Amino acid sequence: MTTVAEETATLVGAPVKRVEDARLITGAAKYLDDLKLPGMTYVAILRSPYAHARIKSIDTTKAAEAPGVIGVYTGKDFEHLPALPCAWQAGGVENLVNTPRALEIDRVTFTGAGVAAVVAETRYAAEDALELIDVDWEPLDVVVDVEQAAAEGAPQLHENAPGNIVMDWSTGDAAATDQALADAEVVVKQRLVNQRLIPTPMEVRGAAATYEPATGEYTVWMSSQDPHIMRLLMTAFVFGIPETKMRCIALHVGGGFGTKIFLYHEYVLMAALAEKVGRPVKWIETRSENYAATTHGRDHVTYVEIGADRDGTITALKAKTYANLGGVLSTIAPGIPTTLYGRMLSGAYRIPNIHCQVLGVYTNTGMVDAYRGAGRPEATYVVERAVDLVANELGLDPVDVRRRNFIPPDAFPYDPVGILRGLRYDSGEYEKPLDRALEIVDYDGFRAEQAEARKQGRYRGIGFSTYVEICGAAPSAWIGTVGEGWGASMWESANIRVHLTGKVAVTIGTQPQGQGHQTTVSQVVASELGIPIEDVTVEIGDTLNTPFGYGTYASRSAAVGAVAVYNSLQKIKAKARRIAAHMLEADVDDIVFEEGKAYVKGSPESAKTIQEIAGAAALAYDLPEGEEPFLDDTTYYDPPNCTFPFGTHIAVVEIDAETGETRLERYVAVDDVGKVINPMIVDGQVHGGIAQGIAQALWEYGVYDENGQLTTASLMDYAVPKADFFPSFEVDRTETPTDVNPMGVKGAGETGTIASTPAVVNAVMDALAPLGIRHLDMPLTPERVWRAMEQAKG
Amino acid sequence: MYTMRPAEFEYHRATSLDEAISLLGELPDSRPLAGGHSLLPMMRLRLATPAALVDIGRISGLDGISGNGGLTIGALATHAEVAGSEVAIGIAPVIPETAAMIGDRQVRSCGTMGGSVAHADPGADYPTVLKALGATITATGKGGERDIAADDFFLGILETALEPGELVTSVTVPETASGTGAAYVKHGHPASRYAVVGVAAVVAVEDGTCTSAQLTVGGAVSPPAHATSAAEALVGGPASEEAIAAAAEKVGESLPEAIGDNYASAEYRTHLAEVLAKRALARAFERAAP
Repeated sequence: MTTVAEETATLVGAPVKRVEDARLITGAAKYLDDLKLPGMTYVAILRSPYAHARIKSIDTTKAAEAPGVIGVYTGKDFEHLPALPCAWQAGGVENLVNTPRALEIDRVTFTGAGVAAVVAETRYAAEDALELIDVDWEPLDVVVDVEQAAAEGAPQLHENAPGNIVMDWSTGDAAATDQALADAEVVVKQRLVNQRLIPTPMEVRGAAATYEPATGEYTVWMSSQDPHIMRLLMTAFVFGIPETKMRCIALHVGGGFGTKIFLYHEYVLMAALAEKVGRPVKWIETRSENYAATTHGRDHVTYVEIGADRDGTITALKAKTYANLGGVLSTIAPGIPTTLYGRMLSGAYRIPNIHCQVLGVYTNTGMVDAYRGAGRPEATYVVERAVDLVANELGLDPVDVRRRNFIPPDAFPYDPVGILRGLRYDSGEYEKPLDRALEIVDYDGFRAEQAEARKQGRYRGIGFSTYVEICGAAPSAWIGTVGEGWGASMWESANIRVHLTGKVAVTIGTQPQGQGHQTTVSQVVASELGIPIEDVTVEIGDTLNTPFGYGTYASRSAAVGAVAVYNSLQKIKAKARRIAAHMLEADVDDIVFEEGKAYVKGSPESAKTIQEIAGAAALAYDLPEGEEPFLDDTTYYDPPNCTFPFGTHIAVVEIDAETGETRLERYVAVDDVGKVINPMIVDGQVHGGIAQGIAQALWEYGVYDENGQLTTASLMDYAVPKADFFPSFEVDRTETPTDVNPMGVKGAGETGTIASTPAVVNAVMDALAPLGIRHLDMPLTPERVWRAMEQAKG
Repeated sequence: MYTMRPAEFEYHRATSLDEAISLLGELPDSRPLAGGHSLLPMMRLRLATPAALVDIGRISGLDGISGNGGLTIGALATHAEVAGSEVAIGIAPVIPETAAMIGDRQVRSCGTMGGSVAHADPGADYPTVLKALGATITATGKGGERDIAADDFFLGILETALEPGELVTSVTVPETASGTGAAYVKHGHPASRYAVVGVAAVVAVEDGTCTSAQLTVGGAVSPPAHATSAAEALVGGPASEEAIAAAAEKVGESLPEAIGDNYASAEYRTHLAEVLAKRALARAFERAAP
């Protein structure tokens, strides 16, 4: 029979069932829309039907008189509140910032911008009254295309941003890169479109608020990935009140994919409305609002040039990218295509010369900000497509070109020629996942089958993505310094309290949206303290009772958040050893703590359990001299470096020769995310990410027409994939240690979206290679592929 | 524009067909509600704002599936019920096969034959197949029952021959002679799963010669169109791959006004119709073989 302690010692690395799931599966979990407060009122928001227009006047008289309506408000009612902060700007350059206001006052720059709000007794009454608001619009000229917006003569969106340019940022050595391209034996050039995506979390956004006039305190609930940041941004930058006057709460969050990192105008509006109407207010967006007014992702046009020797050795990479940031800036919009994109353009390769210029551009479209992967999918797409284009140009095997250029294991920590502004890739053995993936897919066997299929006029292809990404944001000394634009640190927090009975309560500053933090953190705690996992409670989501933290995104909750937990546990264990030494009348240096027990070295039979020690610490009538009661510790962990997970993804496809449809035959993913806490959860993250990334390659595309109307405005048109679109994914892992943190974890939330998109596109291009087709832009819809095939056939 | 809540409406639940018909006659601007899978989304977007709904979903006796030579499917039979019906599979297997391709499991469990037919969405699957099979739609109104040939029933996008106050009560597919095979092939939209193009083929073969053929294309046009020249090209000829390919090439002739959108242009839809026609015909011929 194994003891609890023996079982829990191996909890880290075990596929423990998620403690969250019983609530979620039975519908018992409370989401924001489940929140019902006494006297609650409901808010509906009137949104701009124009992509670019002046608001000449707004008449709310009729709406205000409608049954059930409590009040109707416009931008003028909130003129005293400043526009929202743009918290992460492009570093080292001027950013010409325009952000949303609580409600827009005189102008809108995208369809869906909020211009008026109705507060009513019911949601129906609020929405009915919207139709009675009369806005006198003066439509203005519209530009939706990022290159057109940046070109001369384009309609101008903001007075302070001439040419619609938000910022002109660059990294790397321009002169050296140009010289290397001039000297290169072969140069491949390509325009690459990374199309706009609509993130589509299952739970849409929403916010609710109350205001207590006696104390001036706001409570704001929102579906959020980072309630502490919401409070910080609202109190410090919008309301101008102390943090202590606002409490932010996230209940269960049904997915975010980045969209719930940001401060939106509706959250500010709810707080302000709660104060105005003196009753609780709630707003839950519809899916249509989510598509129009929640942030979108990606939307880059990149001109890449890559230079190489004839043997496939890459000598230079130059990219000029137009990043469409929408009509106004979301919270961290300029940071995504710069720090998280431009700085990652070396990929997994030793490229001696790199230069990247990014132009952030305003267009009359919805806001664009971080979407799962955030910058790294865009970077990986450029690099992995470029490597394939080199292989194609030189007639080399894409696997060989990758191997030839991989950063070798002995080159770590690796500085990608300075473009990471001093950070270094922590560790990597890029050949290992590649070899494993090739073995799973039987590469030689496939190439033989492919040759046979080609003889029969069939189009089968294989595509690779040997990616590297950046996780665990971020060392404060790097991200917080002038030049990186964040202007804030990005450490993470955890508090651990071991109650009298030995039961443990953990509070953390990260905020899950489905990742299973409560399970993984419980695994770490139970494993370190040698207690049953059921004895651990993880509390999240409320700024009132959790330590300040930066939230959950950028795959940082394990690499930074869990490490804070781990470090607190070491301090708890140290104190437990001191108390045990006192209890056992021994020297603390002779005390061993393992598997939930402290004992004098060599005498495990006289052990004190963690429960006994916790009891002694809490009762506190007999503690070592000078020792404080209770086992309680808070850690604020600032990572010394980011982490750089990597791996190889392989897609195998067949194109229908008649229709152009791509059928995904196989998908193999071998990731290296460092030490794995819960392989089942990591698999889930990898699977979901792969699905989202493949969706970009084949189906998803957020399209605006020339008038700035979103034509993919609902799930009837925007093709979020279904389970039956995919084969069963074949997933494996390698584990390369990192010394960035004591747990050896790297981060696993985004590898799928980062790696899979170019793997699929490369596979389709490989399939079409006999026709001489070298590049098609995403999504590779049947019609797009069919047209290319028709054209190639002449 | 961004609402998901319908404008105010009255709700009536009819317990009998007679009651439903009289309610629909009495209540101004009223619409019948069955599975709600077409009407309710339009109401939530306020694209439809009926003053009253008459819920016919619980009227008993309208969901039967029966065979007597041909196949009669009650208006309230859900797609899931049709897909699983042994009777339907025995008489006209292409109907349950089509039912199984509609939407997803949830849609199939709520959506009904009558609702789909009466709504006449250009991306719907049933209208194409019913036209190809020469089905009859039975509608019941104040003046009693009347039968409408599928060819006369579907008039355009969301447009049918139903008179105000009339309900679709059943759909009947005629008995098919032995040596007949039918198939429906579709290219579903990756978002909605509606047919971007759906092609139904019905062929009869005697001694290796095609004796009759019907080829009907939906999704690309509304109402679904018979690809008459393509079908005629087959009759009297062999059921060969070459004959099928030659016929399929003529499908475009019958689609002069193909629909185009973000996902698929008119040109591509026409091309898809030709490819899917080939596949539908091949399968239909295979099934026609004794």
